[in-house]
Amino acid sequence: MTGTLRQPSLVTVLTPKWRGALVRLRQERSGSRAKLLLLLVAGTSFWAAIFGIAFRVLRYIRDVPEIGNLLAAKVLGVILLAFLSILLLSNIITALSTFFLARDLDLLVAAPIGCFRFYLAKLSETVVHSSWMVALLALPILTAYGIVYRGGALFPLLAVAAFVPFLVLPAVVGTVFTVLLVNVFPARRTRELLGLVALGGVAILVVLFRLIRPEELARPEGFRNFVDYLAVLRTPTGPWLPSEWTAAMIMNWLLHIADPWPPTRLWTGAGLALVAGAWVHRELFLDGFSKAQEGAERRVRRPLRGPLERLLRWLPPQKREFILKDLRLFFRDNTQWSQLILLGVLLMIYIFNIKTLPIHSGERIPFGLVTIIAFLNLGLSGFVLAAVAARFIFPSISLEGRQMWLLRSSPLDLNALLWSKYWIGTGPLLILALAITILTNWLLHVSPFMMAVGLGTVVPFTLAVGAMALSFGVLYPQFSTENAAQIPTSFGGIVYMMSSLSVLAIIIMIEAIPVTQQLQAWRQGETVGLTLDLMVVAAAVLVICAVATILPLRLAAKRLEQMEW
Amino acid sequence: MIQLAGLTKRYGQFVAVDNIDLRVPRGELFGLLGPNGAGKTTTMRMIAGILRPTDGTVTIGGIDVHRHPAGAKARLGFIPDRPFVYDKLTGGEFLRFAAALYGQQGPAVERRIDELLEQFDLAGWKHELTESYSHGMRQKLIISGALVHRPEVIVVDEPMVGLDPKSARLLKDLLRQFVSRGGTVLLSTHTMEVAEAMCDRIAIVHRGRIAAHGTMPELRQQTASEQMGLEDLFLKLTGGLEERALDSLLES
Repeated sequence: MTGTLRQPSLVTVLTPKWRGALVRLRQERSGSRAKLLLLLVAGTSFWAAIFGIAFRVLRYIRDVPEIGNLLAAKVLGVILLAFLSILLLSNIITALSTFFLARDLDLLVAAPIGCFRFYLAKLSETVVHSSWMVALLALPILTAYGIVYRGGALFPLLAVAAFVPFLVLPAVVGTVFTVLLVNVFPARRTRELLGLVALGGVAILVVLFRLIRPEELARPEGFRNFVDYLAVLRTPTGPWLPSEWTAAMIMNWLLHIADPWPPTRLWTGAGLALVAGAWVHRELFLDGFSKAQEGAERRVRRPLRGPLERLLRWLPPQKREFILKDLRLFFRDNTQWSQLILLGVLLMIYIFNIKTLPIHSGERIPFGLVTIIAFLNLGLSGFVLAAVAARFIFPSISLEGRQMWLLRSSPLDLNALLWSKYWIGTGPLLILALAITILTNWLLHVSPFMMAVGLGTVVPFTLAVGAMALSFGVLYPQFSTENAAQIPTSFGGIVYMMSSLSVLAIIIMIEAIPVTQQLQAWRQGETVGLTLDLMVVAAAVLVICAVATILPLRLAAKRLEQMEW
Repeated sequence: MIQLAGLTKRYGQFVAVDNIDLRVPRGELFGLLGPNGAGKTTTMRMIAGILRPTDGTVTIGGIDVHRHPAGAKARLGFIPDRPFVYDKLTGGEFLRFAAALYGQQGPAVERRIDELLEQFDLAGWKHELTESYSHGMRQKLIISGALVHRPEVIVVDEPMVGLDPKSARLLKDLLRQFVSRGGTVLLSTHTMEVAEAMCDRIAIVHRGRIAAHGTMPELRQQTASEQMGLEDLFLKLTGGLEERALDSLLES
């Protein structure tokens, strides 16, 4: 062998990734117009809604005398803190795939690519995969800040300069944490263990977030005096957190304050983290990668036969074994079932918050507040259900993935497959929906009328949300993913979330007016009956939910029929 | 038993399978040979009902696979070239699931599962998750899966890949016996010895078309290659016999 070996450039190493992304984009564009239109409408309305809310809230905050600017900075800090926690979790999950489980690793590890270049390539991949959703969400919020505070033409550049290191820092932390973990446990086990570790982390973050009680910032009367309130506003949420540096860099620009420290901290921090990450990678990656090949599980811990099989005996063998198969796969994959713990934690916090609402503290509650809270509860329950469906129902077709040859070559009817998947996911979701609605409405002491509205809305909405999650999963499948936890955060997952939340918003808007009228009448002591208004609204909600159930399922059945593996 | 009429598959401008007509009667083991990318796997997947043809029909026992999939597929056992199975199911559970897809259950299925696992040396692995199986073991598992419901027709794509010599021999014997009892097998392979030793008739597929088909003597006659073995005949038909300058490839 003669000559010096030339390292492939970073762009070369990443070529399959960006070329693959371009091809997918081109395929999306050449797809059906209805799908493109749906995407455009859902995306624009979602983006516009976030921008609209951020813009109105910021304009209101800015005009608060004395403390407006401080409050705006604090809000940005809290938003970025929430982003940071999402990014940390997302980077850990993604780094495990990109560094240890991806299918291109054998090729890249065997190729003469330098350690640092390899690290940078995989880190870039991790940053893009784990952060695009946060970046997309941040865009309307930062735009609102830029417009309300008149950031000027250079503000977008500054926002990018503040956001890039903000995205890189948690990615480096995620990769370091992952490589350390894989060195202790084999990657396949780590993936399972990570589920629990991440859940623990999220639970702690959520509890911390509850302890900070950000809603108190909106109630200055809760503080002993104004000085106390100002002190809280001036104190950073976490002075050593990159979210605080990013918020400071952005707010300093918007308020024309010259302070070199936030950008210095951000960029130096990102640079140092990158060096440290590369060093840890050089020292530990290969050992971890080798271990990652060794961790297959052999023995079954939960055979899942007997009682459940007897319970499902009445079903034909095809359907019964299909349901049993799905349940086995779910409960044997720790990344799947462990999410139930997260769900439990979130639900407990949600119910606890409802319980601690000061609406039954003796004072007569303003009528408007009850309506708002009851509707907010409906909206939040709907959001929780949509998110749960995104996590558990959306990936169900993608998870069949490469085993689809078995189903397609068998006499199994694809409609039966779709319906089995629908009920396996929607059945438990319906139970959850009823439990949340009944429990929270009971805690809120709502009238039987509002309870009926809640139940009458949540049942058809759950059926619709289950159908939408499953169908969007068929329309945007992720057959080649190495990590099930990444499926809901894929492009299709976001489109699904935007669409289901749009349906929820429409339902709530339709219901708001007649329900308010009914409550008004009830409060004035008038007899409340089934008015025409109410019946029309109930019918409209049912029709919307029926369309949102049937149309996506039909589209999905058609797509499934055309799909080729 | 298997009949392909004008079977065509296009991907945009690219024609993967080009107007193939073929008939495999009951009790025959038919081999499909061809270089990489010739369209064998696409053809097999259309026969199994996994891919939809752009044009043409596939019938199994007189039933159109794409018009009446349930009836046609009930007679079929498909063994793909890559053994993807559910990682979190045990071998026994996978086979039970495969049988259930064909509407079969009960003690007879359990006995059949044990019998197949025993034959393929997987009995000791029945209760192990398939994620711990080797490539060859997975291959044996999907072969068992294709046989568990006692099909009339077996469509098998590259069956010997990953199998150890004992299992390869077992599969050859099994397919021959299956055919001798009235079953029908359509097999695609790269291994000339396998095709020559096992198949009653052979079709050589090249660029999506059948370049020649028939028994070995018929193939020799069609190609005017009386003394040639299957390998040379194959290379002659698919253009692989030219002298190639390998020196430049091996230069360091």
